[in-house]
Amino acid sequence: MTVSLIVNGQRRTVSATPDTPLLYVLRDDLELNAAKYGCGLGQCGACTVHLDGKAVFSCLTPIGATQERQVTTLEGLGTQAQPGILQQAFIDEQAAQCGYCIAGMIMRAQSLLDRNPAPSDAEIRRHMQPNLCRCGTHHRIIRAIKRASAVLGSQNGKGDAS
Amino acid sequence: MMRRIQSKALLASFSLAAVAGSVIAAAIIYAPEIKPVERPLPTSFDPGEVAKGAQLASIGDCIVCHTADGGRPFAGARALPTPFGTLYSDNITPDEKTGIGNWSFAAFRRAMVNGVARDGSHLYPALPYEHFTHVDDADLRAIYAFLMTRQPVEQVQPKNDLLPGLGFRPLLAGWKLLFLHEGPSTRDPARSAEWNRGKYLVEGLGHCGGCHTPRNILGGEERSSDLSGGIAEGWIAPALDKSNPSADRWDEASLFDYLTTGIAGGHSAAGGPMGPVAEGLSTVNDADVQAIAVYIASRMKPESALQKAASTVATLPRDVASQDPASSKSTIAHPATDTLFAGACGGCHMPGAPMQVTGRPPLSAVSDLRMTNPRNAIQAVLQGVAPPSGRGPAMPGFADILTDQQIADLLGYARAHFTDASPWPDLTAEVSAIRKEDAR
Amino acid sequence: MMPSNALTTTRRNFLGGAGLLVAFSLAGLSSARAAATGEAEPEGVGASSALPDDLQPFPYLDAWIRIDPAGRAQVFTGKVELGQGIMTALLQVAAEELDMPPHLVSIVTGDTARTPDEGLTAASHSMQYGGTALRLAAANVRMLLQRAAAPMLDTDEAGLETTGEGTIRAPDGRSIGYGAVAATLSLHVQAQADVPLRQPATFRTMGKSLPRLDIPGKVTGAVSFIQDMRLPGMLHARVIRAPAEGMTLTLPSRTEIEAMPGLYAFVQDGDFAAVVCEREWDAVRIMRQLLAGQSKRKNGAIPTGTIADILKALPAQDYPIEKVAHPTAAATTRLSARYARPWYSHGSIGPSCAIAEMKGGELTIWSHSQGIFDVRRVAANLLDLSEDKVHAIHVQGAGCYGQNGADDVAADAALIAHALPGRPVRLQWMREQEFGWEPLGAGMVTEVVAELDADNRIVTWNYDVWSPPHNTRPTSANGVLAGWEVTHAFPPPENVPIPMPAGDGSRNSNPLYALPNMDVNFHFIPKGPFRSSAMRSLGAHLNVFSIESMFDELANAAGIDPLTLRLDHMSEPRARAVMMAGAEAFGWQTRRPKGKFHGYGMGFARYKNLGAYCCVFLEISVEPNTGFITVQRARAAVDCGEVVNPDGVRNQVEGGLIQSLSWCTREAITHDAERRTSFDWSSYPILRFADVPVEIDVDVLPRLGEPFLGVAEASQGPTSAALANALADATGVRFREMPLSPEKLRRALIAL
Repeated sequence: MTVSLIVNGQRRTVSATPDTPLLYVLRDDLELNAAKYGCGLGQCGACTVHLDGKAVFSCLTPIGATQERQVTTLEGLGTQAQPGILQQAFIDEQAAQCGYCIAGMIMRAQSLLDRNPAPSDAEIRRHMQPNLCRCGTHHRIIRAIKRASAVLGSQNGKGDAS
Repeated sequence: MMRRIQSKALLASFSLAAVAGSVIAAAIIYAPEIKPVERPLPTSFDPGEVAKGAQLASIGDCIVCHTADGGRPFAGARALPTPFGTLYSDNITPDEKTGIGNWSFAAFRRAMVNGVARDGSHLYPALPYEHFTHVDDADLRAIYAFLMTRQPVEQVQPKNDLLPGLGFRPLLAGWKLLFLHEGPSTRDPARSAEWNRGKYLVEGLGHCGGCHTPRNILGGEERSSDLSGGIAEGWIAPALDKSNPSADRWDEASLFDYLTTGIAGGHSAAGGPMGPVAEGLSTVNDADVQAIAVYIASRMKPESALQKAASTVATLPRDVASQDPASSKSTIAHPATDTLFAGACGGCHMPGAPMQVTGRPPLSAVSDLRMTNPRNAIQAVLQGVAPPSGRGPAMPGFADILTDQQIADLLGYARAHFTDASPWPDLTAEVSAIRKEDAR
Repeated sequence: MMPSNALTTTRRNFLGGAGLLVAFSLAGLSSARAAATGEAEPEGVGASSALPDDLQPFPYLDAWIRIDPAGRAQVFTGKVELGQGIMTALLQVAAEELDMPPHLVSIVTGDTARTPDEGLTAASHSMQYGGTALRLAAANVRMLLQRAAAPMLDTDEAGLETTGEGTIRAPDGRSIGYGAVAATLSLHVQAQADVPLRQPATFRTMGKSLPRLDIPGKVTGAVSFIQDMRLPGMLHARVIRAPAEGMTLTLPSRTEIEAMPGLYAFVQDGDFAAVVCEREWDAVRIMRQLLAGQSKRKNGAIPTGTIADILKALPAQDYPIEKVAHPTAAATTRLSARYARPWYSHGSIGPSCAIAEMKGGELTIWSHSQGIFDVRRVAANLLDLSEDKVHAIHVQGAGCYGQNGADDVAADAALIAHALPGRPVRLQWMREQEFGWEPLGAGMVTEVVAELDADNRIVTWNYDVWSPPHNTRPTSANGVLAGWEVTHAFPPPENVPIPMPAGDGSRNSNPLYALPNMDVNFHFIPKGPFRSSAMRSLGAHLNVFSIESMFDELANAAGIDPLTLRLDHMSEPRARAVMMAGAEAFGWQTRRPKGKFHGYGMGFARYKNLGAYCCVFLEISVEPNTGFITVQRARAAVDCGEVVNPDGVRNQVEGGLIQSLSWCTREAITHDAERRTSFDWSSYPILRFADVPVEIDVDVLPRLGEPFLGVAEASQGPTSAALANALADATGVRFREMPLSPEKLRRALIAL
């Protein structure tokens, strides 16, 4: 079937059997690398993307269920030349070891910051619970989220002051 | 079906009945304060008594209601949503200021048996003293010993947020007059000691009826419908008697497995509030859990049927492994949903999926799909199932992935494909209603 | 599309002119790979050579470094990036000794056609051997450049200096770029051992936390991993195996399979089977359909029971490890204990993946294996090709922490591609295949008897360790699953232990402490119930856990501080320094009990007794009602010699610490008599965000001018030991069998 959806702000049309998980469409058809296959069971979060603004496991999202829906992947947050705030924070904190989980981590974290730009440590930990990291980079990830939160805060602060 | 109670009507009837009750029961409204005692030293309790209390407290699952999300165990402050508003559980650590540190055993016993706090105020029946009243003193002493040897935590629970008027605790005296039936659990001398032990635990400390017995408009358990199914935190607590649609497929062994591991071969995983219950029971001695299983099994079917139950478990009405979704009646009834199912659910629930080849139950065994009411199936798909310890059957929630219509389609398809039950009506509306409930 | 970081080559340029040059420079003194071949410590190829081990077989400088006319350096290393940051650190080493800005240096890692064969990237050897070799090669190149620049600047060599900008300056201020000099110079000369290295005081790049080269791509979705590679015409494969090791699956007939819609090809050779499709999802779908068939255990039940029950019932070979006997005072206290750990999964977040392409009689394999040259050896052997017809290229995968499915999947892909010449084939294992088939970290048991005299000196130390293999790394087709499955099967070799000083199950079984009497014995179990191989720190994890737990048990029996007992028995100054620095930073001496179920613990080891020193201190609280441990504070002190990238070291130690906590408190491969029953993250939970320590700090001791020691595995043993010790301090209960799981702790602690 042909599915038309909005990926990172652009309308994309793909031809795939409707059961194909969004993950495979993103990676193989749209050549977006960020979302990763980790378990295919919704247990590790490596495939996390945003669907209509909410963090979801793309490995469990059939493409047939995404008709006309909005998908945001890590690529939608910025580029190497112009990284998004959270991406830059991950670079600044050197928040990766192997980095396989990181795309999912950033997308999960972004969904928190979208809702709550100033989360506490406890809120961050609770929110990040669905995503697994095997290298033990958790502290750097938490620091990166807090750094991004601080940047957002200072930007908002400036906005208020002007 | 969850009772959708108009809170105004409820309030009126509750108040009326309560006031009427209180008039008759004026005498029991007043309960004197029991003098505070110095906190007993942990060393003053016999370690064997404490260990016994630990087991009993697990059967009673005290920790679940008396621990806030991410909070210290037994320090209370967990929000307990009820049709009458939100209650916050008490701190039952032995902290003298904010917990039960200066409660004597007599005070503790009165709370458990009569629902009256040490200071004489009436406790809300969120503390299931309707059941605890049946617990014998020896067991109460052990639980007291256990609780008084916990680490004291200083923590005050938030103020209850109840419907207007219900904050007036003396009303509770009237409620108790109607619903609190004190006295020991009755024994059936014709039955085995194990069965009687199970009955005692189920009726008393286990307070299974707290969820599995329907409640009336005043929030009291309908004793005549004991264990015929109730509702808890938006999930149906299925009937634990013959009316359970899967009754013929439960037996002592599968109940024991289910209660201790949260999963049983030929059945689904414990979802919603049953998850923590199973986790608690996983730490209880096998004999007591076995007793509970024996008693519940006997409630689910006549004793003569028990023997052959085990064999029926093996032959499910439909065996998922032998089903090819492409040619089934479900595909015909739900065109296009087979692919939705394959993409969203197939990774775990289709033949050849890792869950299936490693012995997790097939969907044809899942009770939620067989119930007359789709609520639990909907909740499982929306919220998923998360084992509290991280180990055990898990399912991610699909609330953010699928629309109401898609979930309804999937469930309709799964019911047709994996069971012989008739289709659920108005599924989309149900999904949408339950999603709204969950959002609150 | 190829990975963007230019770490790999395409076959086109491999076959072009560059290939010849490379072949020439790599034809070193010997066709053998570098001395540091694997998990073992190198013995040195030529005893007379003063060159670092990895340089000995590849002494020509152009095998390691080339400089183009524009003055950019290209550095070649046989070591590979596993997420440990080695690529960045090695680049820093080269940049420092070349005295060039890092941005003018690029690095090519593990590629059988382009880089030296430095054996495995494992055993914390990469800095110790790879870094040391590269450093000397770079120093040689710098010296040659300087020497060649003298006549060009018409001056005396002695007055020249490098500027750090990739130029050489004369005393009068005139300068010349490396590119211009290099154009006049052949680097096809052998390295000299006695070339002066740059001195720490003048370091410009080493010792600085250069940001990792690979992180910007990884946080923005660049092609960073082998899983991300897309080649023109690439097919997708899934291998068809029973749910777990030791089982067989009954498949439908070939005709039936070949009729399945979406299938491009069904590849079968003996018990090996794979489906290949144009679309990845079709391959997954068909794989599932086939897995719905019957599977059963091939032969013999898996023994069940405790780890000790299982292991001690198996045939073992006995190896004496350490025997020391001295007269001592009479013993007054005797303690004995048994410690154990279960089988662990490497638990890579990304299941193993490989791409292979057969074209014109030559096979190219892209793999994330730790031993890219072994990937070539295995494939050549499996497919009966000569090694020069197989080109293996390393591309990053998810963190592996040892031998996971990487080597197996590479051989699988090679076999499939060989059957389908002309098109590249990408194969990724499924999550459950990784859990079901990868070699596990071995379950182990130790038994210790120790005695103290009246002065709290340890007078007796009897130690026994039982372990299945920790090193079954393949070097030919007999070490991979596909080799065992094909019609003309390659039967698995007899497993042998790694000799000391590295050891495998025996690694770190000989305490570094100065003990007057020691009797340490290793009982090597050649065939365990599961396939097992290297996992981060190998046997050192349980050996350090056991030794350090027993030290605390002894200190407790003696009524003295655990740190005191350790220092009383430690004579190595650097070991003492690490313990004391860590204790100071943690506030060990001023620690105060904060009530019941709260405690402190420490654990120390020098990895392999010849690598990095690491001491971990923990402050924990444990909730007896749930069995959950909260690590309030973790502090690690580490001495890994000269530090190239301090932040990289901290990242490794911190990550190792968290991973070790996860092993120690949560992890265990579950199984029944038929198979491994851990197949996903719900049956093999690991630590999640809620469970990681509240605070972690890593102190890296400055050791300017000391040799590199490697750091990746240093914190595994000490952390688990520190946790057991803190738990005993907090509860009075000694837990000796991992995992110290919430269920186990709750059971033991709730009635306390």
